Amino acid sequence: MPDTQALVNDFLNQLKKRKIEGSQATAKQTAELLRSVISQTRVPYTNQAGALIDSVKAVGERLIAANPVELAVGNIVRRVLHIIREEDVSLTTAAMAGLNLSAVSDDEDDADRDDRPVLSAAAVAAASRSTLRPPSLQTLLEDVPDSAAVPHTSSSGGDSEGKSKSADKSSRSRKLKHDVIEAVNELIQDINTCHEQIAEQAVEHIHQNEVILTLGSSRTVLEFLCAAKEKKRSFRVFVAEGAPRYQGHLLAKELVARGLQTTLITDSAVFAMISRVNMVIVGAHAVMANGGVIAPVGLNMVALAAQKHAVPFVVLAGSHKLCPLYPHNPEVLLNELRSPSELLDFGEFSDCMDFGSGNGAPLLHVVNPTFDYVPPKLVSLFITDTGGHNPSYMYRLIADYYSADDLVVQRRPTSGN
Amino acid sequence: MGAQKKGATARVSEDPEELARHPLQAILLADSFTTKFRPITLERPKVLLPLANIPMIDYTLAWLESAGVEEVFVFCCAHSKQVIDYLESSDWSSQPNFLVATIESHNSISAGDALRLIYERHVIHGDFVLISGDTVSNMSLTQALQEHKERRKKDANAIMTMVVKQSKPSPITQQSRLGTDELFMAINPDTKQLLCYEDKAEYSKGFISLDKTLIADNPSTVLHNDKQDCYIDICSEEVLSLFTDNFDYQHLRRHFVKGLLVDDIMGYKIFTHEIHSSYAARIDNFRSYDTISKDIIQRWTYPFVPDVLCGNSAIRVERRGTYRASEITLSRSAQIGPFIVIGQGTEIGNDTKISHSVIGEGCTIGSNVTIEGSYIWNNVTIEDGCELRHAIVCDGVTMKSGAVLEPGVVLSFKVVVGQQFVVPAYSMVSLLQQPTQQDSDEELEYADSSSGNVELPSKLNGDITSDLSETRHGPTSELGTGGVGYIWSIFEGGHDEEWRHSVAPIPTDKLAKIMLDKDEDEELLTQDGNVLSPSGELKSDSDANDSEDGDNEGSRDDYVSFEKEVEATFLRAVHENVKVDHVILEVNALRLSYNMASVDCAGAIFYSMMKLAVESPHSSSSELHRNAADVITTWQNLLKSFLHDIDEEIEVILKFEEICLESAKEFSPLFAQILHLLYDKDILEEDAILRWADEKEGADESDKVFVQRAEKFLQWLREAEEEED
Repeated sequence: MPDTQALVNDFLNQLKKRKIEGSQATAKQTAELLRSVISQTRVPYTNQAGALIDSVKAVGERLIAANPVELAVGNIVRRVLHIIREEDVSLTTAAMAGLNLSAVSDDEDDADRDDRPVLSAAAVAAASRSTLRPPSLQTLLEDVPDSAAVPHTSSSGGDSEGKSKSADKSSRSRKLKHDVIEAVNELIQDINTCHEQIAEQAVEHIHQNEVILTLGSSRTVLEFLCAAKEKKRSFRVFVAEGAPRYQGHLLAKELVARGLQTTLITDSAVFAMISRVNMVIVGAHAVMANGGVIAPVGLNMVALAAQKHAVPFVVLAGSHKLCPLYPHNPEVLLNELRSPSELLDFGEFSDCMDFGSGNGAPLLHVVNPTFDYVPPKLVSLFITDTGGHNPSYMYRLIADYYSADDLVVQRRPTSGN
Repeated sequence: MGAQKKGATARVSEDPEELARHPLQAILLADSFTTKFRPITLERPKVLLPLANIPMIDYTLAWLESAGVEEVFVFCCAHSKQVIDYLESSDWSSQPNFLVATIESHNSISAGDALRLIYERHVIHGDFVLISGDTVSNMSLTQALQEHKERRKKDANAIMTMVVKQSKPSPITQQSRLGTDELFMAINPDTKQLLCYEDKAEYSKGFISLDKTLIADNPSTVLHNDKQDCYIDICSEEVLSLFTDNFDYQHLRRHFVKGLLVDDIMGYKIFTHEIHSSYAARIDNFRSYDTISKDIIQRWTYPFVPDVLCGNSAIRVERRGTYRASEITLSRSAQIGPFIVIGQGTEIGNDTKISHSVIGEGCTIGSNVTIEGSYIWNNVTIEDGCELRHAIVCDGVTMKSGAVLEPGVVLSFKVVVGQQFVVPAYSMVSLLQQPTQQDSDEELEYADSSSGNVELPSKLNGDITSDLSETRHGPTSELGTGGVGYIWSIFEGGHDEEWRHSVAPIPTDKLAKIMLDKDEDEELLTQDGNVLSPSGELKSDSDANDSEDGDNEGSRDDYVSFEKEVEATFLRAVHENVKVDHVILEVNALRLSYNMASVDCAGAIFYSMMKLAVESPHSSSSELHRNAADVITTWQNLLKSFLHDIDEEIEVILKFEEICLESAKEFSPLFAQILHLLYDKDILEEDAILRWADEKEGADESDKVFVQRAEKFLQWLREAEEEED
């Protein structure tokens, strides 16, 4: 058994040193780490969910603090917390259904006493959600509940739990953990396949002889375009290079390698080219609860240009990029300022950085932000692994993935300890 | 699980074989072996001084870790206890895959001593990174390491790779940015071999000297004054043993690098690796402390910037380069200007103006205070109405209301500045009295590390404080009413130089002076060039000669005394029958100590031989010839061992000419005969003689005297050659 603590420290280190790049890799590693945390956590007889939530929260808080800019870490921590709550609720309701509801169940009692604020709140929230769910827009439209976990586990849980009350407790503790790990595995699977799931929808959006514009490099966008190409769509792609890291160059190379007609332009030429473009397709760093997007620097300008010419601005984002926070939340760190050396060569400009002359104040200040914030009104459509959504629908989607109690992961344990 | 696996594979993939055998090691010198940070370093080691509120050593260690170094040996000397305690209490001792071990020593007084001690411990296996604990960098080592290894495979003598960085070759940048002297490097642009390293180029001199052989041996040489030494070296194991062999190596650059470059017996080579986009610099003095702090705030060192390095204690970057910790009390009317760092728990009062400064943790700053370009460390109290401009204020200092610090002031730990007191510019203030014994420059340079008398336990320190406050609580002390501390007198000679290394910007008049000096230098140089070029015809490769000639004037005295020493050695050898091998060794030693080329040796030896011949009794010129022949036959091996190539042989002929003209005119009739003798004994080759004659072709009539004398012999040589053809 690998030592979880060491794994956590190792991962923390990598996050701190900004060694993991890309939200998908981060999300996947976070989920895997939390899975091993859960499997290593000793679950007490009573209040298993509380114990799991505590241990996940303890680790999650440190992970989020290690790199506050990478929102995917927080998203996954919250997703896992949500999974634990959902599984717990479904087991409890199943158990209660198995017993007679007339008698007050011991389980419920214990749980209530030990973890009143958390569990009861969760139960209420879940109850309120389940009453809300039938008329939910998504269920109405899709006819299939998005999180199939609730009905599925409750039915399977019901079989095993109906037998006897004494056996119930021990089996339940193992059961909860087992179910949670299963669900986390599903989550990891989801993260792994999100590119394909998004790419599957490509043909519905990209049409013959269209011109697509993108900026910088995103793996999701690459897969999306290639999927359309594979389905024999012929279209052209304009790639804005994405200064100062010029990842657009790499994307252009990849696209050409896969046989797509590609045009590389500078970022500043976007406005001039946008009138010839049929659709802008870009990736995102994170999608906030209000439908705003945190995206590589330069995208706000592209979005504004697209709006001016009424070109659809489509954002591709895996569900791990959905962040339940609003951009005005104080704990959201919107940006990261990187080294000025990406913009200019230190040697050439070292005489501008001369603090010994004059009054000691540098006259040159180089700002190199990593991200832009694109407000929701500039976004036409989000394509996630569950389908296309309007920006104004994002908060609903987020309510399906996260519990309201987990929104502030980092605050509670600090005040509690 | 996944994380670790990924980390492991990433590390292995960098260099699968080499790294599997030896983990990459680093030696971190946690002592600068200088006194430039006095009086602060009397109480705390330099590597623990905060740089944007984080100890310097953390930047170095964080960089080493991210660069893939797995074992770091921290060499602690002065205040070793504090360094060790700090490392033990920090995260560094508990990192997986990153081992930080400390080596303690109390009697090392230089980097050389430190490396000798590390060599004795046998802890370094394979290549290592040599760095001092005050270096900030974010460069990637992968490429430099690979280059170093590849060179090593080809040439076992390539034992060191030095990291350099380009900086703008503006006349004053080097001085005003990092406060260091101008640095000249000669680098072979193709192989990147370092050929010459000159950091003490005097401003008054305006030129540097290059060895002629250096230009002869290397077809292309580029002389740089726009390179900045980053003091990051990738070394092979041999470096340590070299330090042990040469027990007089002290300073890494002044002795070791220059020693290797001059020494052509062993043939060790140093190469350079230039970094472009990444950052690397060493904090050498207060000025570079200021500059590098500002570079960090401007994020050139990303990801080693306060908000990322701190991790959990949540420092946030706001607009205009403002770094704020989460819990600070800031008055609404305070004006927090651009580029500042404010540490946790600091309180700032009304109408206070702060710009371009770093404020530590737990400070209390009153109202109407002006702080500009200053570095205020932890738990400092600044009362209302103080003014600080370009000052460094250490932990626990109290400034009573209305006190003023003029530019360049350094207040050491726990000093109290009295009310309304104005601390004059560039003063150093400390609770400890200035050490009085200043025997010599050398002593001063290394005194800091003789830690015994310097290191003060903190308890004693406290006592001193209370003592001082009792005794000096009188109405006036050196620091005004209620002030505690001594103002150090400035070292003699350093008086007009103090602005060079201070945190304060260079005053405009000094700046103008530097610029002026530079211009004058340049004029001087061009003049020199004009004057010298006609007389420089003796040297074969004319383009390299300007600096050489300029230097000749300066080193003429050197050469004369060198010649005398060689002569004395030679005479002793003659009289005491010393073996030829030993004489060679002694002459070589002399050559190194006088920094002469082997050409000079050949000349000096020949001169001594001829002198011996002249001085032994003789009555006629034939007797003299016999004497000379005897001497030459006896000592031909000695002479030969210094004649490696044709240039040196020509030098001998020239020398002989000189002897005939000046010191021993008796030889002039015998010139051709002795030349022939030297040829017969295989000391001189015919090529050399013919080349000499060719060179003389264009000279003045007076110079040609000897060529004409030897005409017969030359004729004979030419004919012999043709016959062979």
